[in-house]
Amino acid sequence: MKDSIIKVIRFIGLGFLEPLIRLINKEEPKKNTKEIFRKIIAPVASVFIFIGLWQLGSSALYNTEAEYKIATTLKSQGEAEAKNIKECMESGDPKCQPNTLPSPAQVYEAYKTLLKDHKAISADKEAFKEKTFEMNKKRVASGKKAITYTGRPSFVDQIKTSLKTVFAGFLLALFIAVPIGIVLGLSTTLRGSINWIIQIFKPVSPVVWLLLVFMIVKTLTKNSDGDSSFIISFISVGLCSMWATLVNTTMGVASVNTDYINVAKVLKLRPLQKIFKVILPASLPLIFTGLRITLSVAWMVLIAIELLAQSPGLGSFVWEEFQNGAMDSNSKIIVAMFAIGMIGFALDRIMLFIQNLISFEKETI
Amino acid sequence: MAILELKNIYKTYNPTKEDKGEILNNINLSIKEGEFVAIVGFSGSGKTTLVNLINGLLKPTEGEVLFKSKIVEDTSHERGVIFQNYSLLPWLTVYQNIDMALQEAFPKASKQEKDVRVKEYIEMVGLTHATNKRPKELSGGMRQRVSVARALCMDPEMIIMDEPLGALDALTRGNLQDEILKIWERNKRTALLITNDVDEAMYMADRIIPLKPGPNATLGPEFKVNIARPRNKASLNDNAEYKKTRNEIIAYLMDLGDEQAAGNDSHYELPDIQPRDYRW
Repeated sequence: MKDSIIKVIRFIGLGFLEPLIRLINKEEPKKNTKEIFRKIIAPVASVFIFIGLWQLGSSALYNTEAEYKIATTLKSQGEAEAKNIKECMESGDPKCQPNTLPSPAQVYEAYKTLLKDHKAISADKEAFKEKTFEMNKKRVASGKKAITYTGRPSFVDQIKTSLKTVFAGFLLALFIAVPIGIVLGLSTTLRGSINWIIQIFKPVSPVVWLLLVFMIVKTLTKNSDGDSSFIISFISVGLCSMWATLVNTTMGVASVNTDYINVAKVLKLRPLQKIFKVILPASLPLIFTGLRITLSVAWMVLIAIELLAQSPGLGSFVWEEFQNGAMDSNSKIIVAMFAIGMIGFALDRIMLFIQNLISFEKETI
Repeated sequence: MAILELKNIYKTYNPTKEDKGEILNNINLSIKEGEFVAIVGFSGSGKTTLVNLINGLLKPTEGEVLFKSKIVEDTSHERGVIFQNYSLLPWLTVYQNIDMALQEAFPKASKQEKDVRVKEYIEMVGLTHATNKRPKELSGGMRQRVSVARALCMDPEMIIMDEPLGALDALTRGNLQDEILKIWERNKRTALLITNDVDEAMYMADRIIPLKPGPNATLGPEFKVNIARPRNKASLNDNAEYKKTRNEIIAYLMDLGDEQAAGNDSHYELPDIQPRDYRW
């Protein structure tokens, strides 16, 4: 029972809970208490220290900003107005708060607001669906387009859109980079002749990729009336992030252990058999390392690309909040930052999980 | 009738150099059908290169490797190879590793026939209990057994063994020697064993040929092992013929070693320095 639980938590990447389970089972209490401190208590403490430092930093910034604001008012509008502003700030009135790094509490408030907002919008959507259900049925029956909800997307909707884009981009990278990587890995001639493309395009910035894709897609979609921003952003994400997989696959395939190659030769495997039974399994660990890098790069780049391409998603959420300049905009941006970070982390864990599932060599980091 | 013939083989990995026999120099060898030949040599003497020339992984710089009177251009199912480091595919189970070899050797056989054959060979090397295990879960000896089964299941006319037992402990080694001999005796395939262990060669082979150490490795005079089979390890040590041949081979190899050491008589000038006195 205990062992199987430990196995499962290790498998899903929650290995840090292992000493706790062992301690509950009264196993080596001294060692496991130490382990718990090392693996659970110390990391949790670091979270509190982080929040504490953040609080200190934000209050220092708040004070600086507030003093500056009062000083400038004093200079330009006189003493009475400055006093007014100071009182206004102290009363906590949102309209005269200094605009700076929000404190942890403010960010938490913003998080709750966003969640509430999401619930409201979802309810609204539901209601809209119900209301238009009958009408849409008739419209579809008579050959017209159904009416869709065109209201503002909530924060959670933005996350979903971003995930969709990143997965589309990731799949594009996968389907381009892995086959090309295999071919390049197998042929020294091709590798030598195409290497310059990889070396030149690999370091190109996401922004430039976006512009390039924009140039091409804009022309190609001239006659269709659909929204091409999704296409542009996912293709850019794919092109930006595929290089890690391409290079790793090439490397992996080209550096398969000579022993395995000799086996394939001695057994006289046919080319396809050789690729699928020997070369691919042998290079799978490196291919997966590449795919993991690709996914994290895709997620990182996505935000910037959405921001520039004006396609819906977390990136445009951040940009809109920044432009908006409302009282809690800064806090919302920080919430988005944490969401981005955590989702990136989760994506990496998922990839690691899949890698462990299908790869013969176990990797833990 | 010789099944395998090496004629004036020269091999270098660096053909631009003058010396065309940098690794192997003028190797001549002829192996009869059904014979068990051992090549004994120091490590680094070019044994593996020789094996790879015979199994078709490498081509000689000059000279011909003839198998059944045909020049060896490529690897073939007629020559089964047992590698020194087992070379099993770690992502396949024992069954799959052997099955993969069969797929290629007998593409026309039905699934069932193959299945029977795979199981037969797994049983032959005594690994039925480990059929579905991966190489990582097996000991070195077990892995080498899988490798033996994989080479034999293709029904090769000749088995080439490149230091197959080199990495194993003495006990496992002895067991596997017996097993390989048993299999060899059962259908009298031709066998070529490369080893660095004179006793192993004496116990297993009909004929022992030393490989003079490289660079410019070449084959020495052959030694016949006239001891009736099946040989008994325990009583072998008291066999006069065994003692005589073994001493001859060892004396020959020792001489070779001395020769090599004598050839390397460079002196080192030591600098004239004294330890400094750091005491107060």
